[in-house]
Amino acid sequence: MFGVLIRIDSVTKRYPDGTVAVDRLSLDIPDRSITVLVGPSGCGKTTTLRMINRMVEPTEGTILLDGKDVTQQPVNTLRRSMGYVIQNAGLFQHRTILDNIATVPRLLGWGKDRARGRARELMERVGLDAALAKRYPYQLSGGQQQRVGVARALAADPPVLLMDEPFSAVDPVVRKGLQDELLRIQAELGKTIVFVTHDIDEAVKLGTMVAVLRTGGRLAQYAPPAELLSAPADAFVEDFLGADRGIRRLSFFPATDLALLTTPIVAVDATAEQIAARATGETPYLLVTGLDGRPLGWSAPHELTAGSIDPGRLLSHGRPFVPGTDSLRAALDCAVLSPTGWAVAVGADGRVTGVVSQQTIAEAIRGAHAAVPADAPAAAPPSLSKGGPSDAKVAG
Amino acid sequence: MNLLHFINAFFGDGAHWHGYNGIPTRVGEHVGYTLEALAIAALIALPVGLVTGHYGRGGNVLAMIAVAGRALPTFGLLVLMTLLVGFGMVNVMTPLVVLAVPPILVTTYEAMRSVDPSPVDAARGMGMSEAGVLFQVELPAALPLILGGLRSGAIQIVSTATIAAYVSLGGLGRYIVDGLYQRDYEKVVGGATLVAGLALVTLAVFWALGRFAVSRGVRQRA
Repeated sequence: MFGVLIRIDSVTKRYPDGTVAVDRLSLDIPDRSITVLVGPSGCGKTTTLRMINRMVEPTEGTILLDGKDVTQQPVNTLRRSMGYVIQNAGLFQHRTILDNIATVPRLLGWGKDRARGRARELMERVGLDAALAKRYPYQLSGGQQQRVGVARALAADPPVLLMDEPFSAVDPVVRKGLQDELLRIQAELGKTIVFVTHDIDEAVKLGTMVAVLRTGGRLAQYAPPAELLSAPADAFVEDFLGADRGIRRLSFFPATDLALLTTPIVAVDATAEQIAARATGETPYLLVTGLDGRPLGWSAPHELTAGSIDPGRLLSHGRPFVPGTDSLRAALDCAVLSPTGWAVAVGADGRVTGVVSQQTIAEAIRGAHAAVPADAPAAAPPSLSKGGPSDAKVAG
Repeated sequence: MNLLHFINAFFGDGAHWHGYNGIPTRVGEHVGYTLEALAIAALIALPVGLVTGHYGRGGNVLAMIAVAGRALPTFGLLVLMTLLVGFGMVNVMTPLVVLAVPPILVTTYEAMRSVDPSPVDAARGMGMSEAGVLFQVELPAALPLILGGLRSGAIQIVSTATIAAYVSLGGLGRYIVDGLYQRDYEKVVGGATLVAGLALVTLAVFWALGRFAVSRGVRQRA
């Protein structure tokens, strides 16, 4: 589906003291997708990235960009054709945000006004308030600075983006926001991104392809993330993926086909008859929703008094999942978090669409695994074996 | 008889305010020597400091030059130069320049070395030339410290330029040297006060230069 844009062909980097940072590495980096280089420290992932824009020159081997050896053109011309984002953003403290972003267009000889106009577009694209244009980097938070770093890399609209642990210095909440933002920008722009990280979760989340490197700069496995999680090539990769690889793999199975129950749900203003009608015995608990249809919490039916339901005394419902967009991992997480063992499904508007038990989710997981052989990528949504209660209504 | 009395008497005497030995003339000469010596010292020390700092090489050699420069006795150098080349500007400028080069050189080198490496790496990675990295990334970030080095050099020159008077030249040293010779302590104290005042003015000038030349984004961080 994609062509090869960057071909790393048996590249070795050996330093004068004999240290081998990268050892005969070959990698085809596909066009218009995110390729993640991941591995422990000293695995040569950053060195590999820096050889693409010749910040480091390989000892042996060649790197082809769009079929042409990267050493064929002047080094600064090459670098200006690739966006470069580094860990602490590396912003120029003496320049305003706008002028930081305008750097590469200015290097390419654009006039000041045109470069700044382009910089303003980029600020909007990466979700920065236009009011920040005249500020200096020290006035921005770490997350905002990193957005400026991404905007600066995109300013001259390069086909390639090199990102060296760009999000590892910000806190987890901001990091998640930046990752989502990168995926959104990538969906709009379709760049060829090479992304270095030591965080396997980040690699699995962002990567179209993930290259796991081992210490000494050798390639351990190069595969799409779902395949990496389902079929690690060896003990090193398996160990690097961590103990909860199975749970993480569930991220690749959609929760679309889960059989949802809609019976055990009552509104907060329900009458005694409504409560009695809903307490059919399918579940030991009823889910109480607010007048707006959003979930409030669980309760045993006999503890609900019609007309005086106290939302403060209900059992927690965990974090609801959205069947159309969330994965089985989110559904399982929701069920595990709720003391009742039941997960709450909501629509995009936050209104409850149904509930599902841990047992039903477990059956869906077994079905998903059965549909995908362990050594093949979980690409297509799995068909579920229908094992839910016979009278369950299936909500989409 | 106290210090304030001498100062009052010196500055209150109308005769001290005009003529070839008047305060304006002597201040003008003193400022002239200072600017000339500072300009020569900066022309020598700044390029060497910037380039060695940029490439990160030669720090040990610079430190040795600085130690040697500081070890040279200014007055001894003045006498030596006078014996070698006779009376004139060269033998006054040489010790003043030797005095100011070490602080400018060492501070510039250290300022360039202490620049945050990530913007420099980002600049290279974006395809900026080495000269661009030096002048557009490192120099603006290092400027506050570099100005500090120039300020140290300037203050030392201002305080030491009085030696010009020992070899028959002008400047504020004239009052001190002549006053001591004539046992006219009013003149000695007046001259010393003017030198101290000029040193304070130098500080003010560099403060203003810092406000003007250093980017707000860098100043706020320092």
